Amino acid sequence: MKITLNGELRDLTGPTVQDTLNEIGLGAAKVATALNGAFLPAGSRANTTLTDGDTLEVVAPMQGG
Amino acid sequence: MPVFYGTHIESPLMLGTAQYPSPAIMAEAFRASCAGIATVSLRREGGAGQDFHRLIKELGLPVLPNTAGCHSVREAVTTAQMARELFGTPWIKLEVIRDDDTLCPDVIALVEAARILSDDGFQVFPYCTEDLSVCGRLLDAGCQVLMPWGAPIGSGRGLNNPYGLRSLRAHFPKVPLVVDAGIGLPSHAAQAMELGYDAVLLNTAVAKAGDPVTMARAMALAITAGKLAHDANPIEARDMAAPSTPLFGMAVLD
Repeated sequence: MKITLNGELRDLTGPTVQDTLNEIGLGAAKVATALNGAFLPAGSRANTTLTDGDTLEVVAPMQGG
Repeated sequence: MPVFYGTHIESPLMLGTAQYPSPAIMAEAFRASCAGIATVSLRREGGAGQDFHRLIKELGLPVLPNTAGCHSVREAVTTAQMARELFGTPWIKLEVIRDDDTLCPDVIALVEAARILSDDGFQVFPYCTEDLSVCGRLLDAGCQVLMPWGAPIGSGRGLNNPYGLRSLRAHFPKVPLVVDAGIGLPSHAAQAMELGYDAVLLNTAVAKAGDPVTMARAMALAITAGKLAHDANPIEARDMAAPSTPLFGMAVLD
């Protein structure tokens, strides 16, 4: 399954968003997600299935002003 | 001390967490500043986010996440939703940028995003211009705090339009007002407080100073001085001199 993850085209197994986070080592990390430009709450990751061409953004706390 | 959305804040200095030479210096600058709020952001996770989250928690301050870098209503709303989940707060410093050279807010999009977020339960801190009509619209949209810029973000120019900021203070005497952005020197921060503002939000002036910790302390002192000066009801400026020493009883020596 080819998705764009944080701006980079990746070939990942999935099929869910939570599976994908586990696959990239962020399964237990403090992150937030957006799927195809819309906020995806943490509670929905396990039952949201990714499909080819999806865009997933995974963000974390960062310095800001 | 300021009250934002019913929350009492310990200090009128709101300090950003970006651009410090090191995490240790950032933490020390925060201690020196006695800041009441730490502003934070969110970015694609590249490995540093988890350490930063621990550092922020150690500061023990209320955090104000921002939507820095957003240029559209949709981007800003989605970013705010992710920030609420990440930081566990309904507070959001709402930035919707129109122009990349000045980082001037897109005030039309800002009002629209503020309405959407307020309706969704967010407590919005809009980074806005000092325009009275825009600020009125933001209040209509549900904002209970306004954060007009002093000058473009990172410019260090101080308060470009003291008249506009004073006018805003006079029109909205009960609304918490924060000068956000453009502060370069402690005197700028003091001036904002002398105008009767409730708080000052700054980042670059401290983080990029040669000695961030000392500058943090200087900002804290200036903000305290500015607030005291405002509370002391300063004299009006005059065009002509007025002798401070009474003339009555002066010896005649000619």
